[in-house]
Amino acid sequence: MIRRIWLRFTDGLDGPLMAILGMLMACGLAAVYSASTEHFFSQLANLTVAFTIMWLMAQVPPQKLQNYALPVYLLGLALLLAVALFGDVSKGARRWLHVGPTRIQPSEMMKIAMPLMLAWYFAQRETAIRYRDFLVAAVLLLVPVALIAKQPDLGTAILVVAAGFYVIFLAGLPWKVMAVLAAGAGAAAPFAWNMMHGYQKRRILTLLDPTSDPLGAGYHIIQSTIAVGSGGFLGKGWLHGTQTHLEFIPERHTDFIFAVFSEEFGLIGNTLLLVLYTALIARGLMIASKAATFFGRMLAGAVTLIFFTYAFVNMGMVTGILPVVGVPLPFISYGGTALVTLFLGVGILMSIHRNRMLVQK
Amino acid sequence: MKFTHTPLLSEKLPDWRARILLLFLMLAFLALAVRSIYLQGINNDFLQQKGASRYARVLELPATRGRITDRNGEPLAVSAPVKSIWAVPEYVEVTPAQERDLAAALDMDVRELARRLAIEKDFVFLKRQIPPQLADKVATMKLPGIYQQAEYRRFYPSAEVTAHLIGFTGADGEGQEGMELAFDRQLLGKAGSRWVIKDRRGHIVEDVQSIKPPRNGNDISLAMDSKIQYLAYAQLRDCVAEHKAKGAGIVVLDVKTGEVLALVNLPTYNPNNRERLSGAQLRNRAVTDTFEPGSTMKPFTIALGLESGKYRPDTIIQTGNGHLTIGKATVHDSHPGGAMSVSQVIQKSSNVGATRIALSLPPEDMWNNFESLGFGNPPKLGFPGEATGRVRPWKYWRPIEQATMSFGHGISVSLVQLARAYEVFARDGDMLPVSLRRMEGPAPAGKQVLSPETARQVRAMLELVVQPGGTATKAAIPGYRAAGKTGTAHKLDGGHYAENRYIASFVGFAPASDPRLIVAVMVDEPSAGKYYGGDVAAPVFSRVMAGALRTLGVAPDAPIKPLQYAVKVEDVKESM
Repeated sequence: MIRRIWLRFTDGLDGPLMAILGMLMACGLAAVYSASTEHFFSQLANLTVAFTIMWLMAQVPPQKLQNYALPVYLLGLALLLAVALFGDVSKGARRWLHVGPTRIQPSEMMKIAMPLMLAWYFAQRETAIRYRDFLVAAVLLLVPVALIAKQPDLGTAILVVAAGFYVIFLAGLPWKVMAVLAAGAGAAAPFAWNMMHGYQKRRILTLLDPTSDPLGAGYHIIQSTIAVGSGGFLGKGWLHGTQTHLEFIPERHTDFIFAVFSEEFGLIGNTLLLVLYTALIARGLMIASKAATFFGRMLAGAVTLIFFTYAFVNMGMVTGILPVVGVPLPFISYGGTALVTLFLGVGILMSIHRNRMLVQK
Repeated sequence: MKFTHTPLLSEKLPDWRARILLLFLMLAFLALAVRSIYLQGINNDFLQQKGASRYARVLELPATRGRITDRNGEPLAVSAPVKSIWAVPEYVEVTPAQERDLAAALDMDVRELARRLAIEKDFVFLKRQIPPQLADKVATMKLPGIYQQAEYRRFYPSAEVTAHLIGFTGADGEGQEGMELAFDRQLLGKAGSRWVIKDRRGHIVEDVQSIKPPRNGNDISLAMDSKIQYLAYAQLRDCVAEHKAKGAGIVVLDVKTGEVLALVNLPTYNPNNRERLSGAQLRNRAVTDTFEPGSTMKPFTIALGLESGKYRPDTIIQTGNGHLTIGKATVHDSHPGGAMSVSQVIQKSSNVGATRIALSLPPEDMWNNFESLGFGNPPKLGFPGEATGRVRPWKYWRPIEQATMSFGHGISVSLVQLARAYEVFARDGDMLPVSLRRMEGPAPAGKQVLSPETARQVRAMLELVVQPGGTATKAAIPGYRAAGKTGTAHKLDGGHYAENRYIASFVGFAPASDPRLIVAVMVDEPSAGKYYGGDVAAPVFSRVMAGALRTLGVAPDAPIKPLQYAVKVEDVKESM
């Protein structure tokens, strides 16, 4: 009986993914405990909720997901419009929407809804994808992104763009188009620069020279690179990071938790984290390549690449090679919303993997 | 379970697309790995040092300033721990109610506090040197951006009695006046330091190690005797009140060692509360101000005359009707005495007599005499702003100048210089340097200025001054033989002598048989009628000398007249 319940429970779960996630979560909990002990138990609760959602998601077959793609996307778009019109302003950004007693952040939902939508769209035209379809996809992608960027929430906008672009790329975007896009982006850069907010420009400038404003915009980068460097080869040991515990690192349990982790576990810890993420991405790509359908393949690939984007942008930011954008370290940073989104992605991967065979004998 | 492969499944991503994707991913992670190695493996020393500089601080540990005590170890200047409250205005977050509470705790006006908190600086003192209990109260309010620092505050237990001698320190503990300034280096000590770990808000999280313990300043013991100092202060204060004087000074010297046992100036001030101070209060007149001493200089002229061999104590000097014309000027005696002996010139304080003796001596000898007595030279007390006095070079003297200098006009001295010069009579013709610090070991050998015989002869004359028939009978002391000389000088006012403004003085020593103490008293502008040195300054000498001798336990050298009580024999019987 117990054995059957256990089997029912573990049936949809992928062993390798579970192992990797388990280790990442262990690292994450350790880091959250060190950075901000008072957030430890609430992070544990977040993980439980997120894990449950992942399990439920893993039970949903990809074919069903396909059916939800359009409604979810439209709902997300509608909510984003609502935010733009009636959203709450917090810390200078209009990101939140009051729904009954709670607030929701619709842009977060787009991280999953976008690849789902585009994968569905291309799957419909699987046999004969034409240039026109890429144009449609571009519009589908850029409308919500524009709304998110307007909030402003550059971090989420980048992640949504990345998610959508991965699907388009996996759908077979011709190289010629990509070359033109790259050239166009290069040409548009000065205009984009002009459209940026002052603080966004500053973040990019401080990346080039953090010491130009050490107490202002450069503060985050300087403090976090110092924390990372202070860790040295072996790290200062768990709970012994001076920069962390003396509160020199800003946002230390959320976006800058990698600085905490690096200081306490050193180069060894960083290497372990990179290996874990590499394993996660490798497993995700393997699932994508084995997916039964074109839809599954695109969706799994995109979800995996989103994980990569999260990890790369966050670690790049903390170590000072990318500008400061609000992207959490996947599976490590404190925060329920991000965890739910990420585990939703893992659930989708597991579902795709479970249903990799079209026909069961 | 076995799955069958369908042809559809083999349709995978095109190989080249997948490879480029993988290459991109690997490059990105490689960049992260390289960055990580750079930060943690190559540049980590620099970054660790940077990190340490953010939390490790070297704190200064203030050293306690040395104490100043009198010769018996009585504390005259001590340092007490206090706290100063300061703020980083930018970090301060207080509600109006908290601001009121803070102002109340600091005993400050709310508006003044608000003004200070609005100053756009990184560091603003809110209130300096408050008692530790008050500071603790402020600390319990836990206001962000408000900090404290430990300091020491100087307290002067004897307050105005020793103000000029001790001086005071500034808010940062540096000597600003008096001994505090003169011996600042010895008193100061050396601050120590220690390593601490501070968090971003500046709170000390951990005390790592002490690098250097603070070295406290050295204590200094003064030559001053608190009992004599207080006695001198009280007598001088009464004298100033009685004679409505503008100011006064007194110096008590130990004849055997040259130590300054007391030094008082009036007006004085309370060094513990210096909010309202005038320049006049601050002046240490006895050391930094000079005055024309008047007749207290006569004994030096007489001594020089005796040394020349031209005069003996009983040589008769003709003073006539008390007028002597030199060039256009005339020298007066206030009590004309006709023919008198050299001793009587001193006893009666005859200007004409002193002038006659002076004019028979070479100016160069007189000048050399002044010079070796210390006039025109700083007394080398180590005190800030010592006056040297003025003695013009003898080559430029006109006869009238030589005449007036013989009775102490046209020459200026400080009270300390004058007191010290009397050592030459109190000791047998030799002089010691004066010292404000207590001397350890045997007294140094004196410098011979006069022959012992001359010194003894002048000493005998100075005794006559105090005895009936002299100018200062009020300087007499029961039980001791006193000796000294009065001085009453017109004050200089813009190059002329003021008609009715005087400096009354008396310099003397006791017991005359074996002098132990010199007391020099100077009263500036007594304006209650009496102005003679013998009336104004001599009584102060008498009381201070009597008290000081008793304090030191000096054996009397004169019979004390027994006090007589008019008691009837019957009364005695009854009371028995």
